[in-house]
Amino acid sequence: MTAYRYDYDVITQWIEPGEKVLDLGCGDGSLLQHLMAVRQVQGYGVENDPDKLVSSIRSGINVIQMDMEKGLTGIESGFFDHVIMSLSLQAMHNTQGILAEMLRVGREAVVSFPNFGYWRHRQSILNGRMPVSESLPHQWYNTPNVRFFTIADFDALCDMNGIAVRERLAFDEGKLVLEEPNFLASVAVYRLGRNG
Amino acid sequence: MIQPQSVGTVAPQTARFTEPLPLRSGGTLNDYELVYETYGTLNAARSNAVLVCHALSGSHHVAGTYAGQPGSTGWWDNLVGPGKPLDTRKFFVIGVNNLGSCYGSSGPNTINPATGKLWGADFPFVTVEDWVHSQARLADLLGIERLAAVIGGSLGGMQALSWTLQYPERVGNAAVIASAPKLTAQNIAFNEVARQAILTDPDFHGGHYYEHGIVPERGLRLARMIGHITYLSDDAMAEKFGRSLRHGKAVYSYDVEFEIESYLRYQGEKFAGFFDANTYLLTTKALDYFDPAFEHGGNLNAALARATADFLVVSFSTDWRFAPERSREIVYALLHNRRNVSYAEIDSVAGHDSFLLDDARYHALLGAWFDRLEV
Repeated sequence: MTAYRYDYDVITQWIEPGEKVLDLGCGDGSLLQHLMAVRQVQGYGVENDPDKLVSSIRSGINVIQMDMEKGLTGIESGFFDHVIMSLSLQAMHNTQGILAEMLRVGREAVVSFPNFGYWRHRQSILNGRMPVSESLPHQWYNTPNVRFFTIADFDALCDMNGIAVRERLAFDEGKLVLEEPNFLASVAVYRLGRNG
Repeated sequence: MIQPQSVGTVAPQTARFTEPLPLRSGGTLNDYELVYETYGTLNAARSNAVLVCHALSGSHHVAGTYAGQPGSTGWWDNLVGPGKPLDTRKFFVIGVNNLGSCYGSSGPNTINPATGKLWGADFPFVTVEDWVHSQARLADLLGIERLAAVIGGSLGGMQALSWTLQYPERVGNAAVIASAPKLTAQNIAFNEVARQAILTDPDFHGGHYYEHGIVPERGLRLARMIGHITYLSDDAMAEKFGRSLRHGKAVYSYDVEFEIESYLRYQGEKFAGFFDANTYLLTTKALDYFDPAFEHGGNLNAALARATADFLVVSFSTDWRFAPERSREIVYALLHNRRNVSYAEIDSVAGHDSFLLDDARYHALLGAWFDRLEV
């Protein structure tokens, strides 16, 4: 995850000082630590991996153990300003459920994910092998990822579920991509809201 | 890092209090004693004290051993000591025996100063709040204005939570483990069956059994057997005992046949040999009465609004007596109040008893939490 700190910079830009922020799949707590330092947010992390939970505790952030596949039951609607999921959406089964939950408990959601439509990944598949890259570092047999989708796929899902895409930035291994992101970007970061 | 060590040989101390303690049940304890132990050294700023609160059958003897008494290891010795999660090189740890207990602090089996006789059943009802009040007075006596942390499991967790509500300015951090914001009806029901076992034992004599030179052992045994069933998980019991038969086959008798029967009888027997029946009654009632939300119309969010401490809440997956759901109620009420709170649900097969065991992940978590506390 630390290889993709540039998505932290984008996320940080979208957070106002003093906000209440929920970070889903907070890992070792580094994003929340960063946001606490530069945005003075009141942050809470969610993590279900026992070892990462200990790392989060050690980093001094608030972390709540929860199985996000079952939703964010117990957290009040509209409690958070931003709910973040950095590079974890592709590892969740209940994609639509968690997006709905993020926009229930948060005013806005921030989601980043690896774009499986990235040209190098397409090339890899054309060559007959599943893609392995900086943004997809695992082999097919040990990847934690369970959902394989592109920027175009995600746009279509948001459209179908009435989710407003307020902003989208796309990157090619850290460099901003303005043209043809679904082909040229390896990672996308979205700022989402509810329509209406 | 050092290898975890024992705090070594320890000795209890006794503090006497003559300022009357008003009790929630309406009475007053005019004159009482608290037995306690301490481990580690109080720093110059008096800012490194951690209070360990005990559960139903616990005591002030949290860690270490008594001189010349092998096997007298404290009940949470795996947690407290040099190099252990609650590290006595950093913290000054206090264990205190609660009022109404039978391990030395004023209780039914001690002398009522007003009469010169054993209190027996006349010892007043004491609550979690009363215990915390008396613990605060012990902290005063030790010159500790603010505790770095309070930690407790089960009924001890209720005390830790209560500290943050009664003395928000006096506690920096609270670890509430395998606990609940109040007991469920089912949980009270188990306590009631245990109490009835004692109350209906002919040897109970209305709680004044000391005068008859007898102990309601049958009642205590049954109470403990019921308790033990609820402290273990179905899986743990199946794994440990299954349907193992002592004679390898049914012999059609009411003597011990299944190994689980042997285990329960042994635990009941052992407990009845040292624990006090009146203490069991008082302590289970204290469990039942604890409900900080009651005064707020049942609204736990409102009840916890007073707390300012940072919290760690821990539950265990197979604990059905103090289930993870109950811990989550505390977590979400603290979240509602924008308190700093972390929550872990430890995978464990051992049920409620898990909080006393030294599961690697559980202790890694507690160690990480205590490490980051500033004193």
